[in-house]
Amino acid sequence: MMDLRELYQEVILDHGKNPRNHRFPEPHNREGRGYNPLCGDKVTLRLQLDGDKITDVGFMGQGCAISQASCSTMTQAIKGKTVEEADALFSKFHAMVMGEADADDDFESLGKLAVFAGVREFPMRVKCATLGWHTLNQALRDEHREATTE
Amino acid sequence: MTRPSAIANVTDAGFDARRVRDDFPALHQDVHGKPLVYLDSAATTLKPRVVIDAVADVYARDCANIHRAVHLLSQRATARFEEAREKVRAFLNANDTNEVIFTRGTTESVNLVAQSWARTFLREGDEVLITELEHHSNIVPWQIVCQQVGAELVVVPMTDRGEITREAFEEQLSSRTRLVAMAHVSNALGTVLPVEELTGLAHERGAVVLLDGAQAVSHVPVDVQALDCDFYTFSGHKLYGPTGVGVLYGRERLLEGMPPYQGGGDMIRSVTFAETIYNDLPYKFEAGTPNIAGAIGLGAAIDYLKSFDQEAVHAHENAVLRYATKALGSVAGLRLIGTAPGKVASASFLMDAVHPHDIGTIVDSEGVAIRTGHHCAQPVMEHFGVAATARASLGLYNTTEDVDALIRALHKVKELFG
Repeated sequence: MMDLRELYQEVILDHGKNPRNHRFPEPHNREGRGYNPLCGDKVTLRLQLDGDKITDVGFMGQGCAISQASCSTMTQAIKGKTVEEADALFSKFHAMVMGEADADDDFESLGKLAVFAGVREFPMRVKCATLGWHTLNQALRDEHREATTE
Repeated sequence: MTRPSAIANVTDAGFDARRVRDDFPALHQDVHGKPLVYLDSAATTLKPRVVIDAVADVYARDCANIHRAVHLLSQRATARFEEAREKVRAFLNANDTNEVIFTRGTTESVNLVAQSWARTFLREGDEVLITELEHHSNIVPWQIVCQQVGAELVVVPMTDRGEITREAFEEQLSSRTRLVAMAHVSNALGTVLPVEELTGLAHERGAVVLLDGAQAVSHVPVDVQALDCDFYTFSGHKLYGPTGVGVLYGRERLLEGMPPYQGGGDMIRSVTFAETIYNDLPYKFEAGTPNIAGAIGLGAAIDYLKSFDQEAVHAHENAVLRYATKALGSVAGLRLIGTAPGKVASASFLMDAVHPHDIGTIVDSEGVAIRTGHHCAQPVMEHFGVAATARASLGLYNTTEDVDALIRALHKVKELFG
C-alpha cells in the first residue's frame, strides 16, 4: 500500500502552499519557460547569472503542490551556486526521483531536496517534480524555447 | 449525508446497478489495498465479461482474415464481423449497413471526414463551424484541413454554465458555413448540446453536420435519422467495447461522393498500375485488415446494453449524477465546473488551494479512480481560467456508494492540505 505521507511531506506541503522566491528577481539576465503538456502546468523562471554564478533566482507560475514545492526548494538550493554545481544537483535530483539504482546513497548531499525521494513511488508525478529543473536547465543554456517535461 | 441509495441504485424500471457490477471483472479488484471505485468512464468504460469473452473467442476460434479466404474460419470471422456492423446499424438506427464504417475510433472517424469530405469539397473562404467545448480531436482535424484548403475555422462560444445556445450558434452560422462539427455531449463538462435543433439550423444554410458522439452513445439515445445528422462518430471503448475500434456513420449519398481516405487492401475492387477501381461502401473506407476482434467485441457490447431497458440505464445514471452533484456541492471549498441543465454522466470540479493532480493522487490512494487534467479540451479550461480540473464520470455500474467513497476521499484531500 502506498504511503501518501511519503509523497506529501510537510516540507512539500509547506513549500507548495507558500512557495519561496515566488517573484521575478531584478535585475535578471536569463529566463526559462517550462510547460507540462500532461496537466497544462506552466512555470517561468528568471535568474541573474554573474559569470558562472547564480546570484538571484525566482519563479512564477501555477501547478500542483509537487511542482510548486519543487520549484521553490530548487530556487533556494541553487541560489549562490555555480552553473556546474546546479547541474550536478539536477543530476542527483533526477536520479533520485527516477529511482535509479545507485541513487540511494546520494540523498544526503541533496539536503532539503531529499524530501522528494517519495516521488519515486509515484511515476505519474515525476514530471511534476522535474518541471522546474528542466526549466532551469533551459534558462542556464539560454535556449529561447519552452522546456517541456516530455 | 442523505442516502437515497434505494432510489439511485435500483430504479423503478428494474435496473439494478449492484447486480450489473458482477458483469465487470475489473471492478472486483483492490487498488492500493482498497476496493476499486471506478469514476473515469468518460475516459474509457470498463468491459463486461461478454465483451472480453467475445474478443478472446475470435482469437481462440474464428482467427482468420475477413473478406478473403474461402476457408471456414474466414467465413465465420467474416460473418461475425458483418453481424457486428448490422448491430451498430441498428444501434444508431442508420438506414443501411453501407453507412456504417469501422475505424480505429472517434478520432479517426473525424479525420476521415476532414480529409475525405472537407479536403475535397471545401474551398478558400468557406467556413467550418465548431464550438468552444470541443475535444481536441474535433478541433485539430479541422484546423489541418482549413489550412490545406484555405477555409476558416469559426468557433461558437459557450456560456459560463458550459452550454451552446441556439442564439450563439446562429450568430456564428453564415452563408459561408459549409460544415458544422460539434459534440453531442461534452467530454469535459457533460453538457448535452441541442444537436437536433442546431443541425436543423445548419441544414437550412446548406451546411453538412458531423456529430462527435464519443461521450453521448453510452448516456443518451442516439438515432441518426431522428437527429438528421450527416455524419456521426463514436468509439467502441466508451461504449463498454474494446479499444481500437470506432465507427463513422455517414449518409450514403455523401459517402458515395467522397474519395477514399486511405489506400490499401479491402478498399479496392481491382488494381492495375494504370487504374484502381474502388470497392463499394462501406469497404471503400476500410483499407487494410480492420480490428476484426474489436468490431465483434463492439457488437457484443451493443448486445449487452440491449439486454437492459436503455431508459432505465440512463435514468439510473442521471440519479447517481444528481446525487454526486449534491454531494460534491456540499464539500466546502469545492466548485463545480460546467453546470448546464440536463448534463449527463460527468462532474468536473476544483477545490480551493489544491491542484487537480494532487486531488487525483490522493483519491487514488483511497482506491478512487478519477481523471485530472485538461481532458483534451484546453479551450474549455481556458474559458474557465484554469489549467486543469478533476472529473468524476459515470458508467452504468456506478452507484451512490461510489460517490460516497469519492466524497470520503475528498475529505482526505482536505485533511492533508488542511
